[in-house]
Amino acid sequence: METATPTPAVKAKDYKSDITPVWCPGCGHFAVLSALTKALAYLGLPKEQVAVVSGIGCSSRLPAYLDSYGFHGLHGRALAVATGLKAVRPELTVLVAGGDGDGFSIGGNHFLHACRRNMDLTYIVMDNEVYGMTKGQASPTTAPDWSSSKLTPHGPGVRRFRPAAIALAAGASFIARGFSGDPSGLTRLIVQAIEHRGFSFLQVLSPCQTFRPEQKDWKRQVHSIDAGPATNDVEAAARIHADDGMALGLIYVEALPVWQPTAQPSASLAEIEQELRR
Amino acid sequence: MSEELVTTSGTPMAVAITGSGGSGAVTAGMILLEAVGEAGWFGLMTRSAGPQIRGGESAAMLRFGPEPVECLGDRFDLLVGLDWRNAGRFADEIPLDAASLVLTDSGAGPVPEALLRCGPQVYELPLRAAAEAVPQGRLNMVAIGTLGTRVGLPLAALEGGLRRTLGGKGAKVVEPALACLRQGFDLGWAPFAMAAVSAPGAPERWVLSGNDAAGLGALRGGVRFVAAYPITPATEILEWLAPRLEQLGGSLLQAEDEVASVNMIIGAAFGGVPALTATSGPGLSLMMEGIGLAVASETPIVVVDVMRGGPSTGIPTKPEQSDLNIAVYGLHGDAPHLVLAPLSVGDCAFTTQWAVGLAEHLQTAAIVLSDQSLGQSRAVTAPAPEPTAHLTRLRQTSPGERYQRYALTEYGVSPMTEPGIPGGMYTAEGLEHTERGTPSSAAADHRVQLEKRRIKLDDFDYGDAWAEIRGEGETCVLTWGSTAGAVFEAAERARAAGTPLRVIALRLLAPLRRRALMRALEGARRLLVVEQNQSGQLFHLLNAHRVLPPTARRFARPGPLPLRPGEILEHILGTD
Repeated sequence: METATPTPAVKAKDYKSDITPVWCPGCGHFAVLSALTKALAYLGLPKEQVAVVSGIGCSSRLPAYLDSYGFHGLHGRALAVATGLKAVRPELTVLVAGGDGDGFSIGGNHFLHACRRNMDLTYIVMDNEVYGMTKGQASPTTAPDWSSSKLTPHGPGVRRFRPAAIALAAGASFIARGFSGDPSGLTRLIVQAIEHRGFSFLQVLSPCQTFRPEQKDWKRQVHSIDAGPATNDVEAAARIHADDGMALGLIYVEALPVWQPTAQPSASLAEIEQELRR
Repeated sequence: MSEELVTTSGTPMAVAITGSGGSGAVTAGMILLEAVGEAGWFGLMTRSAGPQIRGGESAAMLRFGPEPVECLGDRFDLLVGLDWRNAGRFADEIPLDAASLVLTDSGAGPVPEALLRCGPQVYELPLRAAAEAVPQGRLNMVAIGTLGTRVGLPLAALEGGLRRTLGGKGAKVVEPALACLRQGFDLGWAPFAMAAVSAPGAPERWVLSGNDAAGLGALRGGVRFVAAYPITPATEILEWLAPRLEQLGGSLLQAEDEVASVNMIIGAAFGGVPALTATSGPGLSLMMEGIGLAVASETPIVVVDVMRGGPSTGIPTKPEQSDLNIAVYGLHGDAPHLVLAPLSVGDCAFTTQWAVGLAEHLQTAAIVLSDQSLGQSRAVTAPAPEPTAHLTRLRQTSPGERYQRYALTEYGVSPMTEPGIPGGMYTAEGLEHTERGTPSSAAADHRVQLEKRRIKLDDFDYGDAWAEIRGEGETCVLTWGSTAGAVFEAAERARAAGTPLRVIALRLLAPLRRRALMRALEGARRLLVVEQNQSGQLFHLLNAHRVLPPTARRFARPGPLPLRPGEILEHILGTD
C-alpha cells in the first residue's frame, strides 16, 4: 500500500518560469500573467496538470513564462490545438491564451466553433485593440476611426468585432470581461472561468502602452457589472446589447451540454480485423 | 464452352457493369467482388460515377483471377449493361475490342454507339423477364447470376457474396435477390472456363478498399485520435475509422476546416496520443502551415492525402498523382519531413502503419500519398503485412532536473514528456528555440536545431521498405504509388516477351534514399520514370537528387484515366 503524502501547496510564484517576458514596460499582460498564477495557486492545481496553449502575438508569448506544460503554436490556431489536447486528455486543465488579432481575426472561425463545441476549456483573450508584435496595426476590435496605423491611414473604417455578442451567438456557456488594471477582480474571474464546466470565454482589457497610449484612460472608463451573471441567452443578449464594452465581471453563465469524447473501449483490434477476413 | 473467349486460368478477367441511378450496378459489382473472395480468387474493383450527387449513371469495373490483381487491364472481356441511358460516357474508361462481349437485357434497347466502336459481340438475354418472375426481383441480381456462369464462379460463391453484401438488409431483400441470382445462373449462358479455387483450404483473403486499409494501418500504428474535415475521395477513411476508433477507446472529431484538423491532431499528439488526419489536395494545401509546425515543434502527426485530379477543385472523383511536389516541397523553411506512398490497395495498410511508426519515432510529420484509384477501389487481397520494426515514440516518463525537450542527441531524437508528468514541463515551440524550448533567434541555435531535425530523418535506418524492387535487367522502370500495379504488370509482359526488366517502385519519397536507390540502379542502362501527372514530378525530384542519367526518359500522363499496362509497355519498349 502506498501512503498518501500531502502535496505541498503550490504558490503563485512557483507557476512562473525563469524566462523574462518580451513585453514592453507597463504592458497590461504582466498583470494577466500574475493573475493567472494566483488563480492556479488558489485552485491548487499541480503544475504538470495544467497546459496553456497559445497562438502568435504579444500575449501569445505567455505559455513560456509559466512553469506548466505549454504549446506556442501558429497564429490563430491555439483553440484548435487545445481542442485536440482536451479531446484526448480530459483530466488536464487546458487554458488558451491570446490576443484580439489572433482570436478574432485570423482565428475567428475556430473561435466560433470552439464556442459551440463547448468543451471544458478556458479562453483568455488579452484585448488591446491593436497588433503589437507587428508594430501597431488595427485589429478587429479597433475603432473605425483609429488612424494611427500607416496601414490604414484613414482608420480601418469597419465596425468593431463584438467579442461577447459573437461568443453568445456562437454558443459559449461562460462570458466574462476583466481588466488588467483590476488584478484581484481578474484573478477571481480566471478562477471562475476555470471552475466553469464548458467553454469559458474571458475577454481581458489589457492596454498597450506602446501603440495605444490613450488606453491609459481605460482605468477611468471601466465599471463593474452590479448584477450577477445572466443565466440564459435572452437575458445575456439584452445585457450585451446595452454593454459599452467596458463593463467588468461575469456577463453570462449557463450550464450547457459539453462535447467531450470519453474512452469506452468495446472491441480489440483483432476483432476489428476479423471483419475484413474472408 | 465458349469458343470466342479463350483464356487460360491465370489470366485475370475484366468485367464492367454499368447502369443508371438505382439500377444497382455498383451493388452488383460489390457482390461479384465478394464472390471472387468466396471462390478463393483475388480481385480488384473500381467504380465510376457521373457528376450527379445521387442517382445518375454509374459503373463498377472489376478484374479478378487466381493470381493477385494489382491494376485494371488494358481492356474488358465483358460489359454488362443493366440499361443504356448515358452509359456511353464510360466508353473511355471501359475499353472494349472485338474479343469483348456485351451482355444486355433483350428489351434494353440499342447499345450506345460509343461502346460499339471496336466491334464487341453483343448478347441479349431475357434478364428482365427472369427478374419479373420473382416477386421484388431485380435485374441486377439476375445479371450477376448470368455473368457468374460465364466467368466460372460457382453458385455457392455467388450466393455467399450476395449474403455478405446484402445480409445487413434482412431476409426481405436477401431472399428475392438470391432467387434472381439463381434465375440468372440457370439462364445458362455458355459457361466460360476458368477453374475456381475451391474456397475451403484456400489461403486467407481480405476484402477492403484502400481507404479502409489506410484506416486499418492507422489503428495498427496506434492512432487513437483523428480530426478531419470531409472531402472526396478521403471521407471513407474517416467513416471507416469513426466507429472503430470509438471501439478502441479513441475518438474522431469532425473539425470546422482542415486548418483546425491539422492543429487538433498536433494538440492530441502533444498530449501523448498518436494522431492522424485524412484529406485530399485542397485540404492538404490548407494544412501546410500546420505540418510545418509539427516539424518545428517535433510533434508527430500523419496526414493521409488521397490525391485527386488537380489543381484547385480539379476532378474530385478521379485519380492523379500530382500532389508529390506540394508534399515534398510545400513547407516554408528548411522543414525535413516524411513523404510516403502506398503501392496497392492492400499496401495502404502497411504504408500508413509504417508512416505512423516513423512519425512517432522520429517526432515529425508524415504525409501519405494515396489516391482515388487506391482509396476508392476495393480489393480481394492477401492479408496486409505489418512493418518488421515496431516503431514507437521515445518517451521520457521520469525526467530529471531541468528537462530539455529539444536536447541535442546523437540521432537527433530527444525523449518526449507529456502533460501530467511531473518535472517534464516544457512549452512546445514553433519559433526557433534552444534545447530547452526557449524562443531564440540566435544563429547557433538555428543551426543546431535545423541540423537535429535533419539528421534524425536522414540518418535513420529505414530498412528495405523504402521501395519494392522486382526483376533484373539493364532496362529499369522507376515509379511510385498507385501506378506501381500497372508497371509491375507491364514488366511481367515484357519479361514474357523476352525483355528482362527491373522495376523500382518507391514507397518512401522523402527523405529520398539516394544511396540505396543508386545501388538498386547499378547496371541499369535504360531508365524510364512512369507516373500519373502532367509535369513528371517524380522525374524532377529524382533529377534534383542527381539520380538519373541524362538519357533517362519519362512517361508522365495526367489523370483521370488510369495508366494502363499496355501503354506503359509501349513506352518501355520505346526506350530501347
